Amino acid sequence: MKIHEYQAKQILEKYGVQIPKGEVAETAEKAAEIARKIGPKVVLKAQIHAGGRGKGGGIKLANGAEDAKKLAKDMIGMKLITHQTGPEGKIVKRLLVEEALEIARELYIGIVIDRAREAVVIMASTEGGVEIEKVAAEKPELIFKEYINPASGFAGFQARKLAFQLGLAGETHKQAVKFIAALYRAFEGTDASLAEINPLLVTKQGSVLALDAKMNFDDNALARHPEILAMRDLDEEEPLEVEASKFNLNYIKLDGNVGCMVNGAGLAMATMDIIKYSGGMPANFLDVGGGVSEEAVTNAFKILVSDKDVKAALINIFGGIVRCDLVAGGIVKAAKEIGLKVPMVVRLKGTNMDAGKKILEESGLAFYAADTMKEAAEKVVPLAQQQVKRSGR
Amino acid sequence: MSILIDEKTRVVVQGITGGEGTFHTQKMVEYGTKVVAGMTPGKGGTTHLGIPVFNTVAEARLKAGANAAAIFVPPFFAADAIMEAAEAGIEVIVCITEGIPTFDMIKAKAFLRGKTCALIGPNTPGVISPGKCKIGIMPGPIHAPGRIGIISRSGTLTYEAVDQVTKLGFGQSTAIGIGGDPIVGMKYIDLLKLFKMDKDTEAVIMIGEIGGTAEEEAAAYIKKEFDKPVIGFIAGQTAPPGRRMGHAGAIISGGKGTAKEKMEALDAAGVHVAKSPAEIGLKVKDALKK
Repeated sequence: MKIHEYQAKQILEKYGVQIPKGEVAETAEKAAEIARKIGPKVVLKAQIHAGGRGKGGGIKLANGAEDAKKLAKDMIGMKLITHQTGPEGKIVKRLLVEEALEIARELYIGIVIDRAREAVVIMASTEGGVEIEKVAAEKPELIFKEYINPASGFAGFQARKLAFQLGLAGETHKQAVKFIAALYRAFEGTDASLAEINPLLVTKQGSVLALDAKMNFDDNALARHPEILAMRDLDEEEPLEVEASKFNLNYIKLDGNVGCMVNGAGLAMATMDIIKYSGGMPANFLDVGGGVSEEAVTNAFKILVSDKDVKAALINIFGGIVRCDLVAGGIVKAAKEIGLKVPMVVRLKGTNMDAGKKILEESGLAFYAADTMKEAAEKVVPLAQQQVKRSGR
Repeated sequence: MSILIDEKTRVVVQGITGGEGTFHTQKMVEYGTKVVAGMTPGKGGTTHLGIPVFNTVAEARLKAGANAAAIFVPPFFAADAIMEAAEAGIEVIVCITEGIPTFDMIKAKAFLRGKTCALIGPNTPGVISPGKCKIGIMPGPIHAPGRIGIISRSGTLTYEAVDQVTKLGFGQSTAIGIGGDPIVGMKYIDLLKLFKMDKDTEAVIMIGEIGGTAEEEAAAYIKKEFDKPVIGFIAGQTAPPGRRMGHAGAIISGGKGTAKEKMEALDAAGVHVAKSPAEIGLKVKDALKK
């Protein structure tokens, strides 16, 4: 799960990570009020989940309350387009108004889980303010890493070492050590999957602060962190994905026009792949899961076909634990409720497949049957293309 | 022959009295698996499905002679269950549970270091040596005893491959789901080493997916040391970056972990890479002809 910068900073502050003075504004008046309190110079930062805000006009410097008000008025409600939002952009609902600080150095600190090493790794770099992937590709020698021993946990010397590698000394070094230790505590304490401070700021006065903050969390651990789960912003998510998550379905909207519904994540990805291999493009990823009920299938099917970009649907079920007759029942129910408007290809395989096929045939629904994945994909792609021609788009 | 499990394997089911545990224990017994014990804390001394239930795994090992475990306990308790099984001296631990927090698994894996047990999963359909023993939730009837080893990060996609292999008349020596999580027990290389020593495995199918670098590591090993034909498929060629595709571990992050990278690495290691999932079986046929 992702959260906003201001929310990440709230969490970090609780763990003792030094952050700039600031508050959230949902109106221009509030932005002016904050500027009066902590200004005169303040930075207005649009709160959306996507990165690249500065280039898209989502971060502005204001001088005084009036200036802050004027700028905030334009920013709140604006459609912010960055390289991460896609061309449709995101509507800005709130701003983080922060004190403007005098920058001496911009550094980088990030904490992630290294899958190959099966350990948490703290990464630090002297190259802050640019994408770390770029640094890793171009100047990997400027990224310093400390792996955390899972048994003994984080050790103080690791933070000292990193802070020295960043070229810090004296009081600034001490502050950085405290900063790194606090950031690690926040990472572990919240079951985060990413805690990234980019840039980590060293001010002209020698203070160390988190100028930006990004945190992502392990979805599997959210149930033990209700305070983080409460920070979820549904406006930042695709509406159909929000709907699917209510039924514990894994749904991801994509750019193509062949909708697909599959049981199992691997088979769902492979189904998307074979659609492309057959000349089409998948409209979504949809995994109905292993122990699925008829109701879940009905809901999944409704979500699938409510996507207006879907011109044809492919159902690919390999029944193991999931029974094909149950899946067929769910599809028939959903199709009858909403009235199926696009052609559908169904491939049922495995447990009770004959009973499932019979249910579909007797339902009177128009559908195309397929025995293999290949056959199913080769049938559905031309059907989607015909629909596109017919509707003229 | 087979790897990991066979007709001599004696299974304890952790979480046997739960819904999932009950259902799949029945299916395993029907398949012919020797389920010798169940384990649910507080229910020791009772029987469930006619199988004796113990309070601890250690007791199940001592009194019923269990040497393998199937774990069906809820996600927040599953890492603990893995550690208990390892401490009790269980040799093969199969953790079916999906949704275990990553931090829990980091700790469990640290606990396992230095111990000789084999952990399969979590978030796996399990392990099957057809005709001998099944520990997991995969449908038994699609499998057939044979000479192809299968290692996969997926569930139903593995069934697809198994089905293709069975239909072509090859059958499987052992099929293993290593799990769809970012941190799992045995990885491709660990299992390839076992298949290398198994005289009856003629070729291995490796099914990977986006995320992480396990496939690339396996490719390096295959190139250097593995002398049997390997057939590979990577799911997620059309997956968008930065999105988790169902499995917790299936994510392209920072431009890394793409299907393309993995397919290229496997191809360079001499693996017969199937571009389409429908071609896996045929690739096996081709590979064995050569």
